[in-house]
Amino acid sequence: MSENMKRIYLYTRYERSWHWLQTALILILMVTGFEVHGLYTLFGFERAVDIHNVVGIGWLIAFAFFIFWIFTTGEWKQYVPTTKKLLSVIRFYGYGIFLGEPHPVPKRKEAKHNPLQRLTYLGLAAALLPLQMATGILYWTYNYWEGWGFYLFSLDIVALVHMALAFAILTFLIIHVYMTTTGHTVFAHVKAMITGWEEVEPTVAIEEWEKAA
Amino acid sequence: MRTKLIQISIAVCILSVGLVLMLYRPLSAKPDEETGRILKPIPGNTTESWTTADHSKFEALNRDFETGADLTKACLSCHSEAETQLHDSIHWTWLSPYDDTGDTGKAGYSVNNFCVSSNKMNDTDCNSCHIGWDAKNDGINCLACHGQTSIQWKDEFRDYSFFKEAGDLEIASEIQQTIREGVKVIKLPERENCGTCHFNGGGGEAVKHGDLDASLINPQKTLDVHMGVDGQNFRCTRCHTTMEHRISGRVYSTPASAHRKSLVEDDLVPKIMCESCHTSEPHEQGHKANDHTDKVACQSCHIPEFAREHPTLMWWDWSKAGQMKDGKPYVEKGEFHRYTYKSYKGEFKWEKDVVPEYYWYNGSLTTMTIKDTIDPEKPVRVSWPVGSPGDRDSRIFPFKVHRGKQPYDKKHNTLIAALLSSDVDGYWKTYDWESSIERGMALMDMPYSGEFGFVETEYVYPTTHMVAPEEDAVSCSECHARSESRLANLSGFYMPGRDSFHLLDLGGWGVVIAAFAAVMLHALGRIFKNGRKKED
Repeated sequence: MSENMKRIYLYTRYERSWHWLQTALILILMVTGFEVHGLYTLFGFERAVDIHNVVGIGWLIAFAFFIFWIFTTGEWKQYVPTTKKLLSVIRFYGYGIFLGEPHPVPKRKEAKHNPLQRLTYLGLAAALLPLQMATGILYWTYNYWEGWGFYLFSLDIVALVHMALAFAILTFLIIHVYMTTTGHTVFAHVKAMITGWEEVEPTVAIEEWEKAA
Repeated sequence: MRTKLIQISIAVCILSVGLVLMLYRPLSAKPDEETGRILKPIPGNTTESWTTADHSKFEALNRDFETGADLTKACLSCHSEAETQLHDSIHWTWLSPYDDTGDTGKAGYSVNNFCVSSNKMNDTDCNSCHIGWDAKNDGINCLACHGQTSIQWKDEFRDYSFFKEAGDLEIASEIQQTIREGVKVIKLPERENCGTCHFNGGGGEAVKHGDLDASLINPQKTLDVHMGVDGQNFRCTRCHTTMEHRISGRVYSTPASAHRKSLVEDDLVPKIMCESCHTSEPHEQGHKANDHTDKVACQSCHIPEFAREHPTLMWWDWSKAGQMKDGKPYVEKGEFHRYTYKSYKGEFKWEKDVVPEYYWYNGSLTTMTIKDTIDPEKPVRVSWPVGSPGDRDSRIFPFKVHRGKQPYDKKHNTLIAALLSSDVDGYWKTYDWESSIERGMALMDMPYSGEFGFVETEYVYPTTHMVAPEEDAVSCSECHARSESRLANLSGFYMPGRDSFHLLDLGGWGVVIAAFAAVMLHALGRIFKNGRKKED
């Protein structure tokens, strides 16, 4: 650990709990979901479906609280996308990181996400995950479609989208977990998501556009 | 203020997840409270015959009977409408009431892949199952359904007149005594009565149906939860309700009960089905199985296998008939001590604990007649379930499919009904296909080109008896499985666990693996380049 590192409190208690709760829920959904998809036998089809349904509904409820939190606290501003410095961030991960260059957009209290993260997390929180929940709900309520007069598409389309999104989330998960190792130590980012305190280099100034509030 | 808000949010969040987990009910909760699980008892005793009449005290029955018809007259002297009612029933006519042309039915032009046809009731062996004393030529044999099955009534009367005419009055009077004693016991039909024909159709026990055989005379609950003598002990008529001697539950071309009404809702539904007593949501509340009942018949899950006690015939190859040993017909027995070959019938294959084949079924079967043209290039579906995934009245239903080879007319492309019975010098006596086919077809006024071959055929029986106890029901994963799904043959709908989109799976895993490979390479790059981590 560098001595001139500055400790900043980046993730609130709720944020951290939410993050790890969602991690657990998504992992369970992944494991049971791929079992329901016929990939392997772990819980047995019936149990896997039951767990998947219950955890899925749990996720939905927890997600609603996250939405509530993000708007009441103004944290939504952290997710506003920008193209500024986006290319330098991409260049950093593709090239600069190998040369030991500093991160072009270090974390700050007012700007905890770099432009690439903003884009990714916005895509996740606003599109990918809600769509996954929506298709999950549709899948779950398949038997009521007729009663609702819902004939927009058939079960196979819902299953197709749900599966495609599952692959997308799994892909995100792999990259996301790997990216946590790119901090100043391998476990620095993971530690931060547990304790809330991130260590950043103090020298870089925060630019005005980055500030969330 | 803000931290407080956040703390409350976390608490509510965790609580609600916990609440959902608590509301979620495990599969094993209170099974006995499900609708229709235990039938309310009928007032009185359902397991014994109950009646206000003791036939042993009836004057009309307290005399000698010379013939079967003579006995029937005595029955009709009180039961004045019985004959009229029965003459209108399929048990007598052997013709489908749903076909105005009169072609459909055992007495008509219908064919199967067992003994093929009764040749319009001229193939006399077939008539042993008719409820008349002499097919339709004489009166109704009331005792077939209402008498003791330990007595062979037709034989007794035949023997009686034989010995009487031969002048052996002592034996004749002994037989008459058996008849007079037997007549005193008149009852509602019991399982043995129905079973005499329905357990033995097709020329032997367990030949035709896979779910109806002699093991149902005294079954345990494990074989049939409804009929089990250690359980509900249903007789056949508990479900096959009767009105004016017309017995419900026949499957011919009767459409399925179009409205999924149960007796619980309306006790006037005409067709008794599982749902009549169990309703359309018989499982514990919230159980996914309740969502299946509109597409999957109860039988599909609750009859995991048929022929669980006695093996049933699955293959009958007439083309092998006629082989001789030392110039004589012979028989061979195989597994299960069942005949695997008979010179006069051909080759047989028997199976036990048979997993049904599943098809969409709306309650109707297509049935072929001897007038129908066939395509001999592929197996001919002599009878086949009607239904499709898109049809609202169709459900996935379990079937016994009996396959075999039987003769067909090579020029006319029709099936052929040879005359078989020995009594009438059929194939079983002559072993001559040509003459028995010619005579058989002539008796049905059907043309025969003179050239016959053998064609493979299929014939279905809906499986509805031998309902197993709950714990033996088919589990989800036996159908919702990538490989070896019980429903592997059914297409046209998406089934979770069984189906997938190959391209999506391929692409999905491709992307996942590519991502994994990319981060691994990236990590390697960082390690080799002695990146920023070490400089720290």
